[in-house]
Amino acid sequence: MEFFTISMLNGLSYGLLLFMLSSGLTLIFSMMGVLNFAHASFYMVGAYVAYTVARIVGFWPGLIMAPLVVAVLGALFERYCLRRVHKFGHVPELLITFGLSYVLLELVQLIWGRTAVEFQPPEALRGPAFTLVNSSIDGLHFVWGAAPAAMCKAADAAVRIVCSPFPATRGFMMLVALLMLVALWLLLSRTRIGLVIQSALTHPEMVEALGHNVPRVFMMVFGAGAGLAGLAGVIGGSTFVTEPSMAATVGSVIFVVVVVGGMGSLAGAFVASLLIGVIQTFAVALDYSVGGLLGGLGIKLGEGSHSLLGLTLAQVAPILPYLFLVLILIFRPKGLMGTREG
Amino acid sequence: MQSNATPFKRRLFTIAMGAALAATSGVALAQAKAAAKPLAGQTVKLMWIDPLTGLMGPVGTNQLKSQQFITEKWNATNPAGVKFEVIGVDNKLSPTESLNALKSAIDQGIRYVIQGNGSSVAIPLIDAINKHNERNPGKEIVFLNEAAVDPDLTNSKCSFWHFRFDGDTTMKMEAMTTFMKDQKDIHKVYLLNQNYSHGQQVARFAKENLKRKRPDIEIVGEDLHPLAQVRDFAPYIAKIKAAGADSVITGNWGSDLSLLVKAATEGGYTGKFFTYYAGVTGTPTALGPNGAGKVYQVSYAHYNMGGAMDPIMKDFKAKFNDDLYTGSIIRIYEYLGEAMAKAKSTDPVKVAFAMEGLKLKSTFGGETEMRKSDHQLQQSLYITVWQKTDAKNPYSPENTGMTLAPVAEYPPYVSSTPTSCQMTRPAG
Repeated sequence: MEFFTISMLNGLSYGLLLFMLSSGLTLIFSMMGVLNFAHASFYMVGAYVAYTVARIVGFWPGLIMAPLVVAVLGALFERYCLRRVHKFGHVPELLITFGLSYVLLELVQLIWGRTAVEFQPPEALRGPAFTLVNSSIDGLHFVWGAAPAAMCKAADAAVRIVCSPFPATRGFMMLVALLMLVALWLLLSRTRIGLVIQSALTHPEMVEALGHNVPRVFMMVFGAGAGLAGLAGVIGGSTFVTEPSMAATVGSVIFVVVVVGGMGSLAGAFVASLLIGVIQTFAVALDYSVGGLLGGLGIKLGEGSHSLLGLTLAQVAPILPYLFLVLILIFRPKGLMGTREG
Repeated sequence: MQSNATPFKRRLFTIAMGAALAATSGVALAQAKAAAKPLAGQTVKLMWIDPLTGLMGPVGTNQLKSQQFITEKWNATNPAGVKFEVIGVDNKLSPTESLNALKSAIDQGIRYVIQGNGSSVAIPLIDAINKHNERNPGKEIVFLNEAAVDPDLTNSKCSFWHFRFDGDTTMKMEAMTTFMKDQKDIHKVYLLNQNYSHGQQVARFAKENLKRKRPDIEIVGEDLHPLAQVRDFAPYIAKIKAAGADSVITGNWGSDLSLLVKAATEGGYTGKFFTYYAGVTGTPTALGPNGAGKVYQVSYAHYNMGGAMDPIMKDFKAKFNDDLYTGSIIRIYEYLGEAMAKAKSTDPVKVAFAMEGLKLKSTFGGETEMRKSDHQLQQSLYITVWQKTDAKNPYSPENTGMTLAPVAEYPPYVSSTPTSCQMTRPAG
């Protein structure tokens, strides 16, 4: 039971990190029709900027400043690069973000080096957020923070006690993502700016005619989307590893999230992020294979056929998201919650 | 006037004679020196091909520093009198990039290649070198393997051109399981390894050896994960805990080990770890005080070898604020220097023949021998445990206040394992 709970929490926290990234991506896509290839690069830049700020003034100022820096970078990129190629259509826009992702990667390597930097979470987040104590007699208990050592040791050898701490960094990751989700939803649905953004999504000419500066709205949305990626970077970088290939690792997964959730759908991105986070986490833990399944059905396999059929779910876990992407595109091209076709 | 001149001339003559004598004796001295160092003044270039970027970059960076540091020291003392010059090339842990590097070594006329991080790279590299040497007599290349431990390299794929200075997985697993045999609190073992030749071999030999030595131990789980890709080991830790394993055997190295132990600490896993590379960059920091008494390492060297190693380690730390853990580098230059002096040549073919069967008392760890039949260095292996530094074990990697203290030593005649190598040697 504690295995299920901890794995579920691991999966959800990873899914929420993916959501922080993909929310910005899907927002930008729905507004400007641009699939931003450099989005994961903003995630990486966020982590590195926060690393530098954290070394000077500490983690918490870094948590605020890094997303702002990345947001400004994103806004400037939109204003001076993306807007210029906008008139040539979507393909040049796509290509310019593609180029930017490489420029950012090389810049980061020039400034911070080609190997991982040591970006530690702050002291307050280093311990466990809570601990699940599972005893074979008393059942499952829940303790905030670290469980005292006495609780995790059985006095009687026959009693099996397992303590499963849940790291505070992951708890914090979930908290920030949920706060962000609520804030984003409030902003889009309850404020004037949100109304303008929403209407600019579908009827930019009309909004412009009403006297709103639509290009500036675009710039702000692009900046905000990049800033959200930056925020995810600060948290992802300090929880996992801050290194130059961190953009490439999440980059492909967030595209899966956006496509599976439905291009431009925030709710879809949320559901898809959680789904992929949980699937990837649980897949590692499941040792089922096609061969094993057939064996269970009473079909005996020859020795030679074992290598491929014997692949367990854990071994194929890395390709699952992409398989999902292909299947969704074949059977439901608009995604789980998307509204538009293609 | 004439009679006066004679004694003057005679004196001149004696001075001249004296000078000549002094000169010849000087020459004789120089000749004697040259005889002791037959190749004095020659430069031997070596190409080091290993990762300097990516997740394994820190490991490679440390080893390149070690290479340059050790050659600097050995240039002054090696018996051949040659000057070693290491050219480092970043292979990004990719076999393709490594073959490109090999190509450039060939183009630059470099005859010695060093690699170690990843048997995934070592195997294609030796394949390419075999082909090159066969087709280009007179331009042969020798491969000095500093750390790739897949047994295939000295068994089914053994080559005259390959020399391994690390201990292979059969040797290390033999030592590790011999140690585990007497650990009565081990009942359930989990195997977690990287999904490539090395990790698969570790899992295979761990199962074979445990079955033979401790049939009561149950293998409760086995996983292979991608090499240098995983950033989050929490799901694996949850799985290991759920399987109820009291010990984990892992051949992981670099980020794959440091992130694994980090996740184990965060996830509250309290079992033992039996590792190959706990002392390698990043892992000591990730272990910190948490792993005390629970993390074991099997290796041909450790941080507290003492003796002649002591000043070398201290010097390295003072110079780079880093730890020297790849002792095989020292042995590479010990063997190269000795073999070149013996062959009176830097020609790789002659040096390779001279290295075969060579026996040396190493700077650390006593007697070693480059076994002729498969080019696997026969050497002592040590089991060490992660604990606080003390008077006997003072060296602390990454300034953690912790160290790897030796708990068992297996001399070459114990650690040695048989080989199935059928080596083909070049004529000559």
